[in-house]
Amino acid sequence: MFPEIGHFALILALVVSLCQGSVSFYGAAKQNKDLITLTRPLAHTQSLFVLIAFTCLVYSFVSDDFSVLYVANNSQLALPLLFKVSAVWGAHEGSLLLWVLILSTWTTLVCLFSKNLPDIFSSRVIGVLGFLNFGFILFTLFTSNPFERIFPSPLDGNDLNPLLQDIGLAIHPPLLYVGYVGFAVAYAFAISAMLSEKLDKNWAKWTRPWTTAAWLFLTIGIALGSWWAYYELGWGGWWFWDPVENASFMPWLIGTALIHSLAVTEKRGVFISWTLLLSVSAFSLSLLGTFLVRSGILISVHAFATDPERGLFILIFLISVIGGALLLYAKKASDLDKKVGFGAVSRETFLLLNNVLLVIATILILLGTLAPLVLEVFNMGKISIGAPWFEIAMLVPMIPLLILVTMGMHSLWIKDSSFNLYKKLRSPLGIATLVGIVIPTVFYGRSGLLLLIGSIISIWIIISSLLSLRSSWKGNQGRFHINRSVAGMSIAHLGLGVFVFGVTIVSSFGVETDRGFSIGDQISVAGYEYKLNSIESVKGPNYVAIEADISVFDGSELISHLKPQKRTYLVQKSPMTEAAILAKWNKDLFVALGDSLGNDSWSIRIQYKPMVRWIWLGCLIMALGGLIAISDKRYRR
Amino acid sequence: MKPRQQRMLALGLSLSGLIIAAILTFKAFEENMMFFITITDVVENNKAPIDREFRVGGLVVNDSITRETGSLTMSFILTDNRNQLTVNYTGVLPDLFREGQGVVAIGKLNQNVFIADTILAKHDENYMPPEVIDSLKDHVAETKEGY
Repeated sequence: MFPEIGHFALILALVVSLCQGSVSFYGAAKQNKDLITLTRPLAHTQSLFVLIAFTCLVYSFVSDDFSVLYVANNSQLALPLLFKVSAVWGAHEGSLLLWVLILSTWTTLVCLFSKNLPDIFSSRVIGVLGFLNFGFILFTLFTSNPFERIFPSPLDGNDLNPLLQDIGLAIHPPLLYVGYVGFAVAYAFAISAMLSEKLDKNWAKWTRPWTTAAWLFLTIGIALGSWWAYYELGWGGWWFWDPVENASFMPWLIGTALIHSLAVTEKRGVFISWTLLLSVSAFSLSLLGTFLVRSGILISVHAFATDPERGLFILIFLISVIGGALLLYAKKASDLDKKVGFGAVSRETFLLLNNVLLVIATILILLGTLAPLVLEVFNMGKISIGAPWFEIAMLVPMIPLLILVTMGMHSLWIKDSSFNLYKKLRSPLGIATLVGIVIPTVFYGRSGLLLLIGSIISIWIIISSLLSLRSSWKGNQGRFHINRSVAGMSIAHLGLGVFVFGVTIVSSFGVETDRGFSIGDQISVAGYEYKLNSIESVKGPNYVAIEADISVFDGSELISHLKPQKRTYLVQKSPMTEAAILAKWNKDLFVALGDSLGNDSWSIRIQYKPMVRWIWLGCLIMALGGLIAISDKRYRR
Repeated sequence: MKPRQQRMLALGLSLSGLIIAAILTFKAFEENMMFFITITDVVENNKAPIDREFRVGGLVVNDSITRETGSLTMSFILTDNRNQLTVNYTGVLPDLFREGQGVVAIGKLNQNVFIADTILAKHDENYMPPEVIDSLKDHVAETKEGY
């Protein structure tokens, strides 16, 4: 019964979302007050139906209703409750419904917090969101209906993919989607702005908090995904330049560019058309990412559910969303930019450079991701572009970008002098050079060109961000005032510095090694001693496992027992490596159990990852910066 | 700066940036591009690149996995149902590596033995790498034409 209610609610949501789109647009075009007042209730109705549909699917999972095909394929009686809920978005159909739910939630939030905007403007925003959700619900219903029944229904389900039975992956897709879909709001604002009679920089102020919000969720989502891949895939890397990772990184880069260009547009009224283009691009890349992942045209460790026909639908949707926006842009954007000047050394210039470099980075990733596909289409052989290429290619835009961060933060709007900037930045640079050379050479005992560049730049960014953070505090006779925009910006850049520092140290000094162990053996890796005490069988709720007990010594002091497992999930019969990690603020000791080498001997992967936590910590600090920037009072006036 | 100069500056910077990026990119591209070569092409047609890594894929032949007790180095035979190639690998194998499974190996050819530094097996028991499917299909198509 509940699956039918859910299915029906989804059909109603489809109809209402179409009404939401057309009524909003028609009302705005005719300037009809009655129709415009209807848009918000329509949007809320649509969201309510989507919520009902989603709840029904969750209920089907929790109540083990295996007569629903999707539940039967992705759940099982013995699955812990948390994973029964997260199994809802564990495969294609449900993750699409989650996407729809998140889009309608964003729509509801836009409805609630856009009442101070001009009616016609907000009506068109809600209209665009309505049409977008119409497209996605249509897609869900016709190609990937999660409520489909099977008869006879099986007694037990096929279980959730063991890789996904993990807390990190329970929350990673929702956060990532909140970010992806959040860019739909920026897209809708841009479309609405282009349709307005009079386009001015107010639009930038309205769209800024939404864009930052989407960006911060995307940041956390990507960081969580990276953390999950690090400990769950058992490889110990934190980024693989896998197509699916690239698909999330591209919108992030463009979103970051967008945040920066919005700052210029809001403050100075320049770059309007460029900012519009970025708004459209950020969401387009989110859609492209979905297309790449879901169509199965890219080979990826992450692509769990793939189907070419679905790809075709997304492709058509993609073309209409991007094409429509670009047509509108071509018609409107030519006469948007005001003639406002700025100096060669000014914050505008630095932000412009930031944008250029971020766009170059995005193009490079797009190239590396699509090149194998293009070459195969033209029959030029099957190739793959590995991580080494991306790592080299990213240095091209990223090193100048990171050098410019401090200058951008400390330069003045309109016009600054190079000397002034030099005076402000020379002591941070001096300290950073000193510390940046000392840390790798003294603490880790080695240096190198890229290593020194990385550590000096990251420390320079950290110091300059802290200085900038201090300047956001103004004490006035015991009353403190914080400029939250400046504070948020500084904290986000501080996070970037922390991230770059982590990446630099871990990629220079990380140790990864595979060893053969017999029980009683002791092996030294990167200054730590590992001793294999025993190998035992253990049982979990829906798996059995072989567990190793490994003592870790720092010198002669026992610092930890690590217990990596090799699990076999009972239903899908698939083996899974569960790594054991000793996590400290300045290093991770990572142990994964491999295969039996015969005769009580086992292969074991041991890794030493200094400062690896700083990578994810940096991302969280960036997201925190975004949160603080959104809380600035001027967005609530 | 006047708006006109601004635009010129922006254009100039973007263009030069793009050109530099393009040159470096394509250079690195050539060096890092990795070809997938079918086992038949490696064994019969000598198409394996020399001193350069490439990918091969196929099914792991039953009972072909050998290893010295206690050693991390192991060897197995990979087939595209037409030709066979011996692969040597040292290290921890991916979870889903087993006999009969489709895998992709990355490495170099050394005297008719493929020395792999990476083995990829997908995290899904029913999964077969697309390249492996294609190379098995190629074989079927060719046999039909040939015989």
